[in-house]
Amino acid sequence: MTTDNSRPDPAKTNDLLVEAYPPKLAKKRAGQMVVNRKTPDGVVPEIKANIRTTPGIISQRGCCYAGCKGVVLGPTRDIVNITHGPIGCGFYSWLTRRNQTRPESPEDANFMTYCFSTDMQDENIVFGGEKKLRAAIQEAYDLFHPKAIAVFATCPVGLIGDDIHNVTREMKEKLGINVFAFSCEGYKGVSQSAGHHIANNQLFKHVIGRDDTVGPGKFRVNLLGEYNIGGDAFLLEDLFERCGITLVATFSGNSTIGKFENAHTADLNCVMCHRSINYVADMIEKKFGIPWFKVNFIGAEASAKSLRKIAAYFQDEELAARVEKTIAEELAAVKKVQDEIRPRCEGKTAMLFVGGSRAHHYQELFTEIGMKTIAAGYEFAHRDDYEGRRVLPTIKVDADSRNIEELVVEPDPVKYQPRLTWEELSARGLPHNDYEGMMPEMDEGALVIDDISEHEMERLLELHKPAVFCAGIKEKYGIQKHGIPCKQLHSYDYGGPYAGFQGAVNFYREIDRMVHARVWALMTPPWQTVSKPLLNAEWVRA
Amino acid sequence: MITPPALPEPVMAPTASEEPSFEAARNACKLCSPLGAALVFRGVRGGMPFLHGSQGCATYIRRYLISHYREPVDIASSNFSEETAVFGGAVILEKGLENVRRLYKPELIGVATTCLSETIGEDVPGLLKTYIGKHSREKDFPALVHASTPSYRGTHMDGFHAAVMALVSALAQGGPRGNRIAVFPGMVSAADLRRLRGIFSDFGLSPILTPDYGDSLDGPVWEEYRPIADGGTPVEDLRALGQTAASIQFGRILAGQAGPGDLLLERFQVPRYKLGLPIGLRETDWLYDTLAALSGRAIPADRQRERGRLLDALVDGHKYLQGRRAILYGEEDLVVGLASFLMETGVRPVLCASGSRSGRLAEALRAVTPPDQEPPEACEGADFAELEKAAAEWKPDLLLGNSKGYRMARRLGIPLIRVGFPVHDRFGAARLRHLGYDGALELYDRLVNAVMERAQDTNPTGYSYL
Repeated sequence: MTTDNSRPDPAKTNDLLVEAYPPKLAKKRAGQMVVNRKTPDGVVPEIKANIRTTPGIISQRGCCYAGCKGVVLGPTRDIVNITHGPIGCGFYSWLTRRNQTRPESPEDANFMTYCFSTDMQDENIVFGGEKKLRAAIQEAYDLFHPKAIAVFATCPVGLIGDDIHNVTREMKEKLGINVFAFSCEGYKGVSQSAGHHIANNQLFKHVIGRDDTVGPGKFRVNLLGEYNIGGDAFLLEDLFERCGITLVATFSGNSTIGKFENAHTADLNCVMCHRSINYVADMIEKKFGIPWFKVNFIGAEASAKSLRKIAAYFQDEELAARVEKTIAEELAAVKKVQDEIRPRCEGKTAMLFVGGSRAHHYQELFTEIGMKTIAAGYEFAHRDDYEGRRVLPTIKVDADSRNIEELVVEPDPVKYQPRLTWEELSARGLPHNDYEGMMPEMDEGALVIDDISEHEMERLLELHKPAVFCAGIKEKYGIQKHGIPCKQLHSYDYGGPYAGFQGAVNFYREIDRMVHARVWALMTPPWQTVSKPLLNAEWVRA
Repeated sequence: MITPPALPEPVMAPTASEEPSFEAARNACKLCSPLGAALVFRGVRGGMPFLHGSQGCATYIRRYLISHYREPVDIASSNFSEETAVFGGAVILEKGLENVRRLYKPELIGVATTCLSETIGEDVPGLLKTYIGKHSREKDFPALVHASTPSYRGTHMDGFHAAVMALVSALAQGGPRGNRIAVFPGMVSAADLRRLRGIFSDFGLSPILTPDYGDSLDGPVWEEYRPIADGGTPVEDLRALGQTAASIQFGRILAGQAGPGDLLLERFQVPRYKLGLPIGLRETDWLYDTLAALSGRAIPADRQRERGRLLDALVDGHKYLQGRRAILYGEEDLVVGLASFLMETGVRPVLCASGSRSGRLAEALRAVTPPDQEPPEACEGADFAELEKAAAEWKPDLLLGNSKGYRMARRLGIPLIRVGFPVHDRFGAARLRHLGYDGALELYDRLVNAVMERAQDTNPTGYSYL
């Protein structure tokens, strides 16, 4: 069992991580690394985040296009997505593990396995690609007659000045279906995060609120920032149904455009991944009067807590009873597996460097089997995701973020319908528009590192030798070269689901399996072990 | 006892499609050119690929290379912002190079320009020249090479070749003729590269493989951290390319364009051999004859036995494969090499497709087709939407290509033999063998077993002898 004494002092660790950097870079990075401390009222140290990665530093981050097309719009099955650009970007964002979906019938549209690209060539760069884009939209329409077509810009598009919004406006009129575009060129913003914001804006402008049909269900909620990785959304849909909660729309796991259009008819927005979708939550509240709060369905306790929050919101005894019954049933099964696995994993250490919410949420699962998170950080989050939304007014907006449009949203003259005031929420013991961030929930002394670089990660592994490191495919094999298992939390290593109660059980078992894999005991060759057997004869070179 | 799996009914070639050609690529059968360049630069010892563009390109390309090789692949980026995209990336390029040198101590930095830097017309050769002028006297200054690889021009194969040409052009130096052989293997597997070294040394020849990611992208566990994975062609070997006794480059498609062998001939009068990708009997014979001539040695007895073993397998397997139809897709040179071998096995490659557009695929296929046979249909600039349509009409028994054909294979119920790039839904892509007699034999076993497995799985009785 690893004890705290065997690990270097966290404060010193940060110095060691940056010691190879030139002084200016070391100073910049030092601002993005803190040792967690908490005041009694929950205030944590300031961490710099959402800052451009220094050229030449190998980062985990992707681009604006990836955040927009891959993350937010990727899991919606019935929008035909066209990448406007040369071939790479479309190819690389084609059908990933996030893109699971369950059409309601075999006839339902599902374009996720399709990858459309305008495949721009030399002449399109020179003479413009609008004509080609128009033709591609027409082809997509002729082939599928979809409900909607979305266009995503890649780097060259903005540079050559193709007016994709004009093209989509024209085609929308011509085809009579919803056609809209995202100016999510890869160079915008500092990471995927810019793409999330752009995706949120365009969904809000072009999709949300178009269908006022109020569907059945007494307790109608949206789940925001749930992307159905590994089938998480499927488990949550089932869980909600058993509790009697109606899921109007999920942004955007297992979603359809119809559900987005109808989302404003729900009475509550539950936000999972705060980073990628808080803009939509805020805008819906302003325009339609639907409040939101943070939930987390990663971890059994967190799932129970989130369900109770929803029940508290609706103040309905029958709902509360059903939620409690479901939780009790589920927790009994979870507890059994926890009891089996916990003794084996107790005290082992984990590090999580991933995403904009996952590095926070997954700590719950490790805690539940007795493992300790000694370092964590996000790839593309902002300060509010670390320190909580209380710091929002103090966040400095730099040039990279200033270029991302902030929509000005007013209450809709007809559709604005306030559900609960903030006072009413408080009376029910509920927060409003709140996310407390990752750091208040982490141990004192834990390391928090924003946008960890490949170099820093290697040093961190060397210094602390965690039992498991959570990251993504890019980091996986480098980590495993050291004899440390890497659990991918972008794709779940093609496993999962890990959400809700059953998902928690899957995760406990997976971590147990990885941490105790036989191979870790074999990493040192016999000729390097200290207690090597004495040889009676000596090898003589001929 | 059952009869071998039923042979397919003869099918007429589908008539040319009336469908107008599409503007959009629907499920592309090609990747972007900086990916090929990054792969080549990881095949140089201490080589760090560096993309002058948005950081997302490095991230996406890393993800694909890493999923295929299941090895760490670091690619640095200059990380353009909106501002630098407008005003130029000179400063971030320099800063990026400085940081990479400091942290990774590379022996070579291979700069590939993405769509972004190419679109804004960045003068990277000029910027690198300035950088070299300013810093080259510093300790451990690495070799700096630039490959122009906009994704709107060509495919990952073009990026691969551009990077090889850039290495040769920037580094090869003349001098007294040595006895080493310059080898340009093309985009083959890591295991194929390792095997090639052995094949050359069997003849007493010392090859300089460019690139050689045989170890850097399929390496052992680490006892201690290293900034850049071991393995790759040493920079000093790349410099010695101009002094080699001969050059051998593989690929009948590459042969039709200005290749690295041409460059060495033109600049340093290095005798040049352009061979096909040595897959199967004839194309491997060609390689061994060339090596025998270059070395003045007979083909080693072991290799001759390997050839006999391959032939013996072809004899034993003919009942499974003769007359079957296959569709091949992927990198053009690989497709031509595979087609050549398949025709030796009795499999008819009915359609050979690639996302590339060299304009030479049909001709190369004709060249490897025996005189008494119809050459396979060639399809350049193909995407998977077209391929699936063709496959539904041709009803082939086998598909050979990368993992992206899986959905088509699944829908049509046709076994897919995974070759080429990317293979991200099977384990061991780096270790797939194709080259040499023994490589072809490994591939042959996979082909026959795919047919047997299919016959067994679809047979109602479930025989265990086939």
